[in-house]
Amino acid sequence: MIRFEPRSNPGPILVYGVPVFAAVFAILLAAIPLALAGAPIIEAYGLMISGAFGSVFSISEMLTRATPLILTGLAAAIAFRAKLWNIGAEGQLYMGAMAAVVVGTGVIDGPSWVMIPVIMIAGALAGALMLIGPTLLKTRLGVDEVVTTLLLNFIVLLFVQMMLEGALKDPMSMGWPQSEPIIDSAILPPLLERMRVHLGLIIALVAASGLAVFVKRTVWGFEIRAVGENSAAAKFSGISVTKTMILVAALSGGLAGLAGVSEVAGTRGYLATDLSPGYGYAGIVVAMLARLSPVGVIISALFVASVFVGADSMSRAIGVSSYLADLIVAMSLLCVLIGGFLTRFKVRFDRKKTAG
Amino acid sequence: MEIIDILLAASFWEAAIRIATPLIFGVLGALVCERAGVLNLGIEGIFTAGAMAGWMAVWLGAGLWGGVLVAALAGGFFGLIHAILTVPLGLSQHVSGIGVTLLATSLSYFTYRTALPDVSSPPRIIPFQPLDIPILSDLPFIGQALFSQTAMTMLALVLVFVTGWVLYRTPLGLAIRAVGDNPSSVEAQGLSVYGLRIGAVVVGSAMMALGGAFLTMSAFDAFFFGMINGRGWVCIALTVFASWRPGKALIGALLFGAFDAFQVRLQTEVGAFFPSQVFLMMPYILSIIALIVVARKADYPKALLVPWFKGQR
Repeated sequence: MIRFEPRSNPGPILVYGVPVFAAVFAILLAAIPLALAGAPIIEAYGLMISGAFGSVFSISEMLTRATPLILTGLAAAIAFRAKLWNIGAEGQLYMGAMAAVVVGTGVIDGPSWVMIPVIMIAGALAGALMLIGPTLLKTRLGVDEVVTTLLLNFIVLLFVQMMLEGALKDPMSMGWPQSEPIIDSAILPPLLERMRVHLGLIIALVAASGLAVFVKRTVWGFEIRAVGENSAAAKFSGISVTKTMILVAALSGGLAGLAGVSEVAGTRGYLATDLSPGYGYAGIVVAMLARLSPVGVIISALFVASVFVGADSMSRAIGVSSYLADLIVAMSLLCVLIGGFLTRFKVRFDRKKTAG
Repeated sequence: MEIIDILLAASFWEAAIRIATPLIFGVLGALVCERAGVLNLGIEGIFTAGAMAGWMAVWLGAGLWGGVLVAALAGGFFGLIHAILTVPLGLSQHVSGIGVTLLATSLSYFTYRTALPDVSSPPRIIPFQPLDIPILSDLPFIGQALFSQTAMTMLALVLVFVTGWVLYRTPLGLAIRAVGDNPSSVEAQGLSVYGLRIGAVVVGSAMMALGGAFLTMSAFDAFFFGMINGRGWVCIALTVFASWRPGKALIGALLFGAFDAFQVRLQTEVGAFFPSQVFLMMPYILSIIALIVVARKADYPKALLVPWFKGQR
């Protein structure tokens, strides 16, 4: 018989080691699909590592990829803390990007220290509103937010497509459905000469530290944790669950919206429907690998980004499909889930069935 | 006047039933899982896996029904992963489901790309053909609308009755419904809560995978990336709309299919005035509206999302 015994106090090695172990295990598991695809395994791993860390350029690419992942990871982390199941970060990201395009392509102009905050606020507001809607439906009418936020991802993407073929279309784009470019004063400047990594990374790091302080050190942060752990008890002790949920929705949607601003004004320079290769969904994995800790999100976003960049570069070199990266990311989510279980429970194998 | 013409055409109802078929499989699968107390957000990925695995099996020469079987097995496999994580381990059904969707989708895409590295246009199979049943298929109206569908649509309709019969007329169905409402009462009867829940999730997931297989083996004849396009999530919404009953699931899926077929026809009438995306959004908007309409009185299985551990009272 297998029995699970709750651990009273999992040590720090277990708590911090398990996510690392899960990530490493997922990467090792990738040897199976690599072998089935007939790829040279050792060489493939070598190419992945050098693809993500081999040069200043590849590190810059990896950090560029990590930037939106930190923001969507934070969005998932704060929402999941309060048990608000926001699976709609992808849609919120696109709404944020679109808001940045609306105000950042020449309607208003000013110096960078005005324009950058303006597009950030616009994007964060748009993302926040995208999540406040489903949250109100949940708190007022009891509509499950998982399904509404998921479905909104599809609606938003079609809406963006519609706007890019209509009101937001760049007349100079030779028929491609893309927006006008973000004006120079609103562009997030690169951090390194001739590299793509940009100010968005700093914004993401500041957001992560800010959120860490907010959750740990403020009353609101305490209320969010209380609602997440036991919403009935929180309500009993006088916390307004509805207000807390709206606050969480604003934060989570706002962070996802910022990811869109960062991509459109930092990485891409204009809006198109292929702006995000699923950063919203990957953010869920990032948050879970980080055990919903804002600072942990930075580390796990770097991990997920290096898997994506490394696998892309490996794929170009030896022709193994880059969907391997998505596979590793998905496996690491399931591994960290199981790992989380093993931190909370001891597994005992009983030789004989014990009485009682 | 034109609207009446559209609604009375047999070809309209033929399209509605065709659009409804994958949703019937999906909603039945989702409600079997949820009746046993397990939300299965793996559905979107399981649809993808069923679509890819079934198609690939046929393409490799397994025959159409062989493909259906392979799709069901693939669905059952991913269902088993979700079941193990959420039932005996009691992990978050939301997160595990999303994880299974990510895993099943990426594994399907990876397998497809690896098997067919550089194809510009996706290879095609010979899919299920419209049935030609003597007498029935020649009936006016219903012959075209219903009896000229493919065998998989018939399978979906049969499954509605089988699922309803098992859930409401057999001891097994009683146990499945009880395990989603009050698992401890089931254990008190000497039945295995884990066994019932795992079994329901595996079987439900196999049914979901058939919905995906219908797309590549009956509605179309090839596999495309992104072809599931949220159909799985729509099924989760329709399950709530159907209040977890197979009969209502059929009605909900048919209503949905009818709306979708109608908006496609409307698009040809008034398409010039609206961007095409407005019409493409309709299915998702409809799903959200369906959820809002029933939200107040939705009677969720009482132990849905609640993990249960052996020895717990």
